[in-house]
Amino acid sequence: MEPDLQTDVGPLHLERPAVLASGILGISLDIFGRVYGAGAGAVVSKSLSREPWEGYANPTVFEIGGGGWMNAVGLSNPGAANFAEMIRPNKSVPIIVSLVGSTEEEFEFMMSKFAGCSVAGYELNLSCPHVDKVGLEVGDDPDLVSRIVRVVKRSAPESVFAKVGLGTTDYQETVTAAIDAGADGITAINTIRAMAIDAELQRPILSHGIGGLSGTPIKPVALRCVYEISSRHDVPVMGCGGISSWEDAVEFMLAGASAVQLGSAVGDRWLEVFGEINSGIASYMQRKGVRSISEMVGAARNV
Amino acid sequence: MAGTLPGQFAMVWVPGVGELPMSVMVAEGDRAAFTVRKHGVTSTGLHGLGPGDRIGVRGPFGNSFDVRAGRLLLAGGGTGLVPLMRLMSRLPPDTSVTMIMGARTREEVFFEDVSEGLLRGIPHEVIVCTDDGSYGRRGLVTDAVADALSKDAFDAVYSCGPELMMHGVMKLSRDAGVFAQASVERMMKCGTGICGSCCMGGELACVDGTVFEASRLLGNPEFGVCHRNKAGIIEPY
Repeated sequence: MEPDLQTDVGPLHLERPAVLASGILGISLDIFGRVYGAGAGAVVSKSLSREPWEGYANPTVFEIGGGGWMNAVGLSNPGAANFAEMIRPNKSVPIIVSLVGSTEEEFEFMMSKFAGCSVAGYELNLSCPHVDKVGLEVGDDPDLVSRIVRVVKRSAPESVFAKVGLGTTDYQETVTAAIDAGADGITAINTIRAMAIDAELQRPILSHGIGGLSGTPIKPVALRCVYEISSRHDVPVMGCGGISSWEDAVEFMLAGASAVQLGSAVGDRWLEVFGEINSGIASYMQRKGVRSISEMVGAARNV
Repeated sequence: MAGTLPGQFAMVWVPGVGELPMSVMVAEGDRAAFTVRKHGVTSTGLHGLGPGDRIGVRGPFGNSFDVRAGRLLLAGGGTGLVPLMRLMSRLPPDTSVTMIMGARTREEVFFEDVSEGLLRGIPHEVIVCTDDGSYGRRGLVTDAVADALSKDAFDAVYSCGPELMMHGVMKLSRDAGVFAQASVERMMKCGTGICGSCCMGGELACVDGTVFEASRLLGNPEFGVCHRNKAGIIEPY
């Protein structure tokens, strides 16, 4: 029997477990369709803010070798209203809308713009490591996190995920606050604060100086966080951080993730990575006699 | 950068100022050259540098022109002429070239001499068009391209320059049944297919292009119509 790649991440049903992570390729509906067609289970948009943001000056994104990527894009995005109009014709692609902001009012305003859009869920970016006043600064304030989750949950019948990262507060406090406020699931983790310096030019390469590290180098850290979250809470998790192969995806599932998100791997291997991971997981399931993704989720915790 | 193909680009970093995609004009051994027009902050910053100043270069990125032998028609304008110069420096044998270049006025005409030099020894014609007629032929590149296509049977057309010009050149070539490619320009950040800033409909200029065939371009809902700004908001041409 063909293994079943469908997975439920709380109320979010996905036909396939590999999802496009936020910030990657996320501003054109035609591109979303292409990513979905390549095998992604859903696509997460770039993080949208109340107003359009231009982001930082280049250099903003580059590869550092070893499957690692550095970025400080500065959350450039067309703003919630423009984005909502762009995806309004969407009928077929499961789009998870990522939102970023620092007040309940901003989130409430943004949610109002998506009324009538076909959206599979929302992901609250509580963990961008390189933009002041939003992202990690919000995630580091569990009280603000719970107020934001409540206000979004009030206007969203769809699933709401809180995306957490490693800030100055224990990220588990953010997770607890989000779950207690009604979040349907957790995405873990975001990029990790990092930087790159050019030895010849003797200066930081990112125009912002400090940015976020993603890709292979952060995989063991992300895997640990997914394991810790799902050990402590009965909550659906989307694993994110350095996943670039079916083995990585399976490891995250065994740690407790019901789905995985891919970002840097798309830069390394382009859209083919989705199909490769899907078929790799299917062969693994066949070989291990596993019939559904849910059988694998958290299995490494039960040994 | 040696071996960079015609149409490929590099991300050029002016430390402390910014980083821009630029078409590679010359790349031999350990030397490479770009041609820069003062336009925005980063290109102006590059103009302010002198010999010995250091810049950063990532690349080469993107695909390249499929350079065929035979009777070739090249059409370009502005810094779009750069990849066409690279193309002319790497022509296959048994090739003849008609190069049509456009500028607004006489003062803005450049690379006519470079083109003549690169095409020395092979059958060629260099046609300069100016909008105001102050030099060469008066009128648009597309008018000269239409004339050329109606007079001669070409094997391929290559274009780079302002998007509306390329749109016209691609349409004329398609209607004439001639293989044609153009190199498009979009707002770029990563240059490597991860950030999505350079999307044009369902294509990404950095990894699917920057060179596309005419039929693919003319079927794209955004080619010749609109592009995205730094925030990703669609702006019409």
